[in-house]
Amino acid sequence: MSRLDVRKTYKLYIGGKFPRSESGRSYEVVSATGEFLANAAMGSRKDVRDAVVAARGALAGWSGTTAYNRGQVLYRVAEVLEGRRAQFALEVASSEGLSARAANAVVDAAIDRVVWYAGWTDKIAQVLGNLNPVAGPFFNVSAPEPTGVVGILAPQSSSLLGLVSVIAPVIASGNTAVVVTSASRPLPAVTLSEVLATSDVPGGVVNIITAQTAEVATWLAAHRDVNAIDLTGVAGADGVDWAALEAEAAGNLKRVHRPTLLDGVPVEPDWTADPGLTRIRAFVETKTVWHPKGL
Amino acid sequence: MVTVSTTTRTAQDLTAQARDVLGVSRLTNHALTSWLHGLPGVDQVGCEGRAAALGTRSVKTTSKAWAIDTAIGMIDLTTLEGSDTVGKVRSLCAKALVPDPLDPTTPRPAAICVYGDMVATAKAALGDSGIHVAAVATAFPSGRASMAVKLADTRDAVEAGADEIDMVIDRGAFLSGDYLTVFNQIAEVKQACGTAHLKVIMETGELVTYDNVRRASYLSMLAGGDFIKTSTGKVQPAATLPVTLIMLEAVRDWRDLTGIQVGVKPAGGIKTTKDAIKYLVMVSEVAGDDWLSPEWFRFGASSLLNDLLLQRQKLTTGAYSGADYVTID
Repeated sequence: MSRLDVRKTYKLYIGGKFPRSESGRSYEVVSATGEFLANAAMGSRKDVRDAVVAARGALAGWSGTTAYNRGQVLYRVAEVLEGRRAQFALEVASSEGLSARAANAVVDAAIDRVVWYAGWTDKIAQVLGNLNPVAGPFFNVSAPEPTGVVGILAPQSSSLLGLVSVIAPVIASGNTAVVVTSASRPLPAVTLSEVLATSDVPGGVVNIITAQTAEVATWLAAHRDVNAIDLTGVAGADGVDWAALEAEAAGNLKRVHRPTLLDGVPVEPDWTADPGLTRIRAFVETKTVWHPKGL
Repeated sequence: MVTVSTTTRTAQDLTAQARDVLGVSRLTNHALTSWLHGLPGVDQVGCEGRAAALGTRSVKTTSKAWAIDTAIGMIDLTTLEGSDTVGKVRSLCAKALVPDPLDPTTPRPAAICVYGDMVATAKAALGDSGIHVAAVATAFPSGRASMAVKLADTRDAVEAGADEIDMVIDRGAFLSGDYLTVFNQIAEVKQACGTAHLKVIMETGELVTYDNVRRASYLSMLAGGDFIKTSTGKVQPAATLPVTLIMLEAVRDWRDLTGIQVGVKPAGGIKTTKDAIKYLVMVSEVAGDDWLSPEWFRFGASSLLNDLLLQRQKLTTGAYSGADYVTID
């Protein structure tokens, strides 16, 4: 007698907990070849609202930890990712239609990317900050500080490497994040939320919402309690106008990280390329302090 | 602007009225006990079930906008901390005068609620805006002081210009069955209030049972309270839906019995718009729409106003608002 399949229905990840969508909806996630994989919760605008509340609540604690400590936590995430690499490889292979070998390479790159950003946490201030020369008896110091709550539209096609490549730079500098996953390939993000919940990342620092991008993106872009938004995930999303989102974001002068454009059309960046500091720099604010020199 | 008409009542008047209601020739503790213990008992499961059921209503769009504005107008904006300063009270008054600088159509709360020594400050800051000043008195929050001190506390606040007095009952006397003492204290404080409006705080968190809440409600109304109020906000649990349900039933039945309408004020622990709307639904369903005005229903709250303002901004602008758009109290 053959064993019954355990058909999973995944939930959201908000404030360190795994709630169902407020709307009660879910949708079928299928593989690149159209086979049923699992059910995912279909997040609504109210889930976004709850996630922003959780992210705002977690901000003071996370931005207040030492950069060194944030590096340790990110490294711990990489360790737990490594421990579940088989599951990630399977999900990446089925979601993105890759061979087992190619999927393994993606998981390797994703883990390495997290380790890379883990190393950056306590070096951001050295590179982006400065002791400015001024004409007077003052120390003049510029230092980067986290922007605050960052909304992220995660890339639609690179479901794991792209995902960690947009989340890690945001939280490395002390921001908290509300992530809207790839609509058609959400499973690696769901598993990543299980990783985050079992590593040392405090609840609310990363909130992951599986949803139709077009439905929730406007609410996230217009939300007055969100300080920045990363529009990477508009590339390949149905019915999303990134310029309209940027206009909504102007309502409270959010920082906007635009999608990569090719002839004016958003495209997904090459995630295997050296990420550089662009994404870290996009979500920090420079604070400059004048201090009198002792004479 | 809230219009509250209050008649001066002497303790003798109130005792005479109580004799009529009870149908006795002399008001004794025995008579009060028989009357209060003759009230029907509260069905705990039924009461909690009904409170929970009334909390499930979905109130949206124009109804929600009306509910938010009504709730803002019912707030007694409160600061009752040992660390209160003149500056803090003034800034709270400024907030009451202009709750949301981004939207001048926002209604004002009904009153500012402070300790007695801050009444003059609040009165000066509010001027002729029509926003009332409520003062807590009678050795708030414990109520443990001699009657002379409680009356002096009350007169002091009234002389400083308080429009409303929030008194606490002697829970020790109530729980030990000394209802006559509680009655006399309320009646004497009512007399000391003169034309000021008297709210009687029963501190339901210390009354243990729902039956006691019902008895305390009737006793407070009998002794001349213009409002019955759940809690000081200093004891947990503070205001809850089931307790407020019992109080709303009591004021409804009291009007049927005597023709006198008494107000209700839940206080403490009401922090969100959702909570406030649940209370409004309950007021309408249990007591009736006659109570849906600041004259007869108030919220004792501080952080509730900010949440109502955020929800109001969401309805006006269409985008979720955040803490950057309201004041830090």
